[in-house]
Amino acid sequence: MFDQIVFFVIAAIILVFSVLTVTSRKILRAAVYLLFVLIATAVLYFMMNYNFLAAVQLTVYAGGIVVLIIFSILLTSHISEHAKMAPLKQSLLSALATIAGAMLTLMVILNFVFVPNTTPVAEQTVNDVGLALVSYQREGFALPFEVISILLLASLIGAIVVAKKEKLILPGKEEISENAENDSAQ
Amino acid sequence: MTNYTYTLLIPLIPLVFFLLLGLTGHKMKPIVAGLIGTTGLGISAILSYITAINYFIIDHVAGTGFTSIKAVEFNWLHLTDKLTITLGSLIDPISVMMLVVITTVSLMVHIYSLGYMKGDTGFARFYAFLSLFSFSMLGLVLATNIFQMYIFWELVGVSSFLLIGFYYEKPSAVAASKKAFIVTRFADLGFLIGILMLSFNTGTFDFQMLVDPAGPALASKGGAAFMGMSVLTWSMIFIFMGGAGKSAMFPLHIWLPDAMEGPTPVSALIHAATMVVAGVYLVARLFPVYALGAPDALHIVAWVGGFTSLFAAVIACTQTDIKRVLAFSTMSQIGYMMLSLGVSSYGGHEGLGFMAANFHLFTHAMFKALLFLGAGAIIHAVHSNDMKDMGGLRKHLPITHITFLIACITIAGIPPFSGFFSKDEILVAALHSNKFLFAIEFLVAGLTAFYMFRLYYNIFWGKNTHYHHTPHEAPKVMTIPLMILAFGSVFAGFLPFNEWVTSDGLAFESHIDWAVAIPSVLIGIVGIVVATILYKNETAIPAKMATNFKHLYKWAYHKFYIDEVYLFVTKKIIFQFISAPIAWFDRHIIDGTMNGIAGVTQYVSYHIRGLQSGKVQQYAFVFVSGVVLLVVLFVAFM
Amino acid sequence: MIQNIPLSYVLIVSTLMFFIGIYGFLTRRNLITMLMSIELILNAVNINFVAFNRYLFPQAFEGHFFAMIVIAIAAAEAAVGIAIIINIYRNFRSIDVEQVDQMKF
Repeated sequence: MFDQIVFFVIAAIILVFSVLTVTSRKILRAAVYLLFVLIATAVLYFMMNYNFLAAVQLTVYAGGIVVLIIFSILLTSHISEHAKMAPLKQSLLSALATIAGAMLTLMVILNFVFVPNTTPVAEQTVNDVGLALVSYQREGFALPFEVISILLLASLIGAIVVAKKEKLILPGKEEISENAENDSAQ
Repeated sequence: MTNYTYTLLIPLIPLVFFLLLGLTGHKMKPIVAGLIGTTGLGISAILSYITAINYFIIDHVAGTGFTSIKAVEFNWLHLTDKLTITLGSLIDPISVMMLVVITTVSLMVHIYSLGYMKGDTGFARFYAFLSLFSFSMLGLVLATNIFQMYIFWELVGVSSFLLIGFYYEKPSAVAASKKAFIVTRFADLGFLIGILMLSFNTGTFDFQMLVDPAGPALASKGGAAFMGMSVLTWSMIFIFMGGAGKSAMFPLHIWLPDAMEGPTPVSALIHAATMVVAGVYLVARLFPVYALGAPDALHIVAWVGGFTSLFAAVIACTQTDIKRVLAFSTMSQIGYMMLSLGVSSYGGHEGLGFMAANFHLFTHAMFKALLFLGAGAIIHAVHSNDMKDMGGLRKHLPITHITFLIACITIAGIPPFSGFFSKDEILVAALHSNKFLFAIEFLVAGLTAFYMFRLYYNIFWGKNTHYHHTPHEAPKVMTIPLMILAFGSVFAGFLPFNEWVTSDGLAFESHIDWAVAIPSVLIGIVGIVVATILYKNETAIPAKMATNFKHLYKWAYHKFYIDEVYLFVTKKIIFQFISAPIAWFDRHIIDGTMNGIAGVTQYVSYHIRGLQSGKVQQYAFVFVSGVVLLVVLFVAFM
Repeated sequence: MIQNIPLSYVLIVSTLMFFIGIYGFLTRRNLITMLMSIELILNAVNINFVAFNRYLFPQAFEGHFFAMIVIAIAAAEAAVGIAIIINIYRNFRSIDVEQVDQMKF
C-alpha cells in the first residue's frame, strides 16, 4: 500500500515535469524540470532494487548530462531569454501524431497479458553486476563494455574536434594540418 | 561449262570503289578520283565482256537454247521456313546483255566525265555516286529473286536522287531530285504490293521457279478472281506499275523531263540508257509469267507503251531545251519497248516482240547515250541548253557533229544503222498482233525522225549565231567515247539477237519483212525531209505553223499540263484534306501527350519539393506519422 | 516491493514519457530543448527495459546492462551534440532550428 502511494507520486512527478519540460518557455527552467524527471526515474530504479543502476543514473544522467546542458544553455543564449514556441499548426499536428501513437501503443500494451515471474529470486548485489560486466563467459558483458569504451573515446575526440575554434595543431606536424585546412577551405 | 561465280565481282567492284571514293575522295586530287572510278568500272566492263563471250559463244552448244544459270546464291535473311531472302547472281541471256550494256555505257560516261566535270568542286563525289549507281544497276540485273531486285531497285532510285540533285545549291535541281524520288517511290509502292501478292500466291520469290512454264507459279493461275481478273493478273499489273514509274510511262512520267537538271553525263547514263530501262527489264524478266499467266496485264503494258510513245513524241516536237527533247525522245522509245513486250507471246517466232524489245533496248542504249553525250559536248561549248542560242555549230564542232548525225540517222530508222533493225522488228511484231497499235507506232516513227532532225538542224545548221566566244571542240577525253558509241550504234544491228535473246531461250528464224521495212524507212525519210524544209535554213514556216495550230502547240509545249494536274491534286486535295489533319494530330495529340507528361511531372515535382525543406522537425514529424500509420496497418490487418 | 504494482502501470508511465518526448522534439524551436526531449525519450526506453527485466526475467542481467549502456550512449551523444550546437551557434549566431535549413531543394 505504501509502495503504491510512492509509486503514484513518482509517476505523477515524472509525467508532470516532463510535460513542463517540453512546454516551458524559459530554457533554464526546462533544464531544471528535466533534472527532476531524471531524479524521479532514479527513485523508480531504487524501488526496483536496481541500486547500481540508480546510482549510475544519478551520477551520469542527472549529474553529468544536465550539467552539460546547462553549460551549453549559458554559452548560447541569454539567461532569461524566452524561447520561441512553434506555430499553432505545427503544435496541433504533432500533438495529433503523438496522441495517436500513444493511444496505439497503449492499446497494444494493455491488451497483452504479461505473465510476471512469481518465483522468488536472490537479490543481485553490486558484486554480481561487476562480475557480469567484465566476464567473457556466455553470460558476460565484456564485449559491450569494450565497445562502449571505444564509443566514449570516439565521442570524446569528436566533441573536441568539432567544438574547437582554431585548427588542431599537433606537435611536429604543422604542415599536414595546414594542408588539410587549405584543402577543406577550397 | 564455266563457273560463273566471278560474276559476283561485277557489281561488287563498283561498290568497293564507291566506298573508297566516298570516304576518302575529297582527300585526293580530283583527277586521281576520276581515274580510280574509271578503272574500277573498266574492270567490271572487262569481266562483263568475258561473261558475254563465255555465255553466248564458248559455252553455247549448237542447236540447244540458252538456259538460265544460277551462278551464286547465298542465304541472307532466313525469317521462317517459307520466307527466306537470298542474294545471288543469275546468268541468263537478258542479264548478260544488260551487263554488257550497263558496263559499256557506264565506262563511256566515266571517261567522258573526266573532261566534262573538270573543275567542278564535287568531282570525287560525282565519281563515287556513279560507282554507287553502277553497283545498284548491276545488282539489279543479276538478281536471282524478285526481292533482291526490289532491294537494288530502291538503291537505283537513291543513286538517281543523289545524282539528279548533284548541284545541290540549285533549288531547281533539288526540287527535281525530290520529284523523281517521290514519283518512283510511289510507283514502287505498287511494285511492292505486286511482289507480295505474287509471292504469297505462288509461294516463291525466285525467278527460276516463277518463270518455269511447268512450275508451281504458272500452275496456280486458276486461283481466286477479283473483279473479273485473276490474282496473278492483278499482281502483275501492280508489278508493272513499279516498272512504269521507273521507265517514265504515262502517267508516272513527270519526273523524267525535270531530271535533266542533273549533269549531262548523268542524264546519259541513268535517264537514257540504264535506269529507265529497268522497267522494261522487269517485264522481260517476268515475261513468261506475263505471257502465260496474265495476258490481260500484257495488253495493259502494250497500250500504256503505245500511248506514251505517241504522247512523248508530240511533246518533243515543241520543246526548245535540247535535253528536254532528248528526254521525251527517251520516253517515246521506251514506249516502243514496252509495246513490243506487250504484243509478244511466248515461244519461238511468237516471241518476236520479246526479242525485238531487248534488241531495241540494246541499240537504244548506244545511240541515246551518244545523243546525250553529244548534247553535253554542245552545252560545254555553248554554255546554254536552249536551241535558240545555237546554230551553225557544224563548223566549230566537227566530231560532235558527225557522231550526232550518225545517232540521228540511227534513231530515225534508216538502214543499215542499228536503229532500223530493232525498230523494224518491233513494227513487225505489232503488225501481227494489233493493227491499231501498229498504226500508232508507224506514226511515231515518222514523228521521231521529224523532231530529231529538227533538233539536229537547229543546233548545227541555220544562221550563223553570234557567239560571245568561239565554241571549241570538246577535248579528246570527251570525243573518244562519242566515237566508240557511234561505232556501236552503227554496227550493233548485226548482232544475232534472234539466236541469243529470245523468250524461251531457243533460237528462231528471223528475216526482214520487206512489206513493213520499206514503208517504215519511207516514213522516216518523210520526217527527215519535212524537218529539212522547215529547219535547215532559217524560215518563217515553223512560227506560222505554231500560230495556225495555236492550241495544239500550246498544249504540247506545256507538256499537256500533266504537271499542273499533279500539283493540283497534291496541294489542294492531299495536303489540305489528308496531310493537314494528320499534321494537326501529330502536333497536338502526340506531341501534346509528351509535353503534357513532362508538364505534369514538372508541376507535381514543383509542388512536392516542399517535402525536402531542410527542417529537421518536419522530417521527424513525417517519420513519426509514418510509423504510426504502419503500426495501424499491421495491427488492423493482422 | 515493486511486485505490488502491476507491470502495465510502469509501462504506461514509460510510454507516456516517450511520447511526451516525441512531442517536445517535434515542437520545440531551440536546439538544446530538442536535445532535452531526446533525453526524455532515452530515459523512457530505459525504464521500459528495466521494468521488463524486473518483472519477467528477474534472474537475467540483460535489461539492466542494456539500460546502463544506453545511459553511456546518451552521455556520449549529448557531448557530441552540444559540441555541434556550439559550432552552429558560432556560425549562425542563433540556435533556432528553423535557421538551420540549408540542406533543401
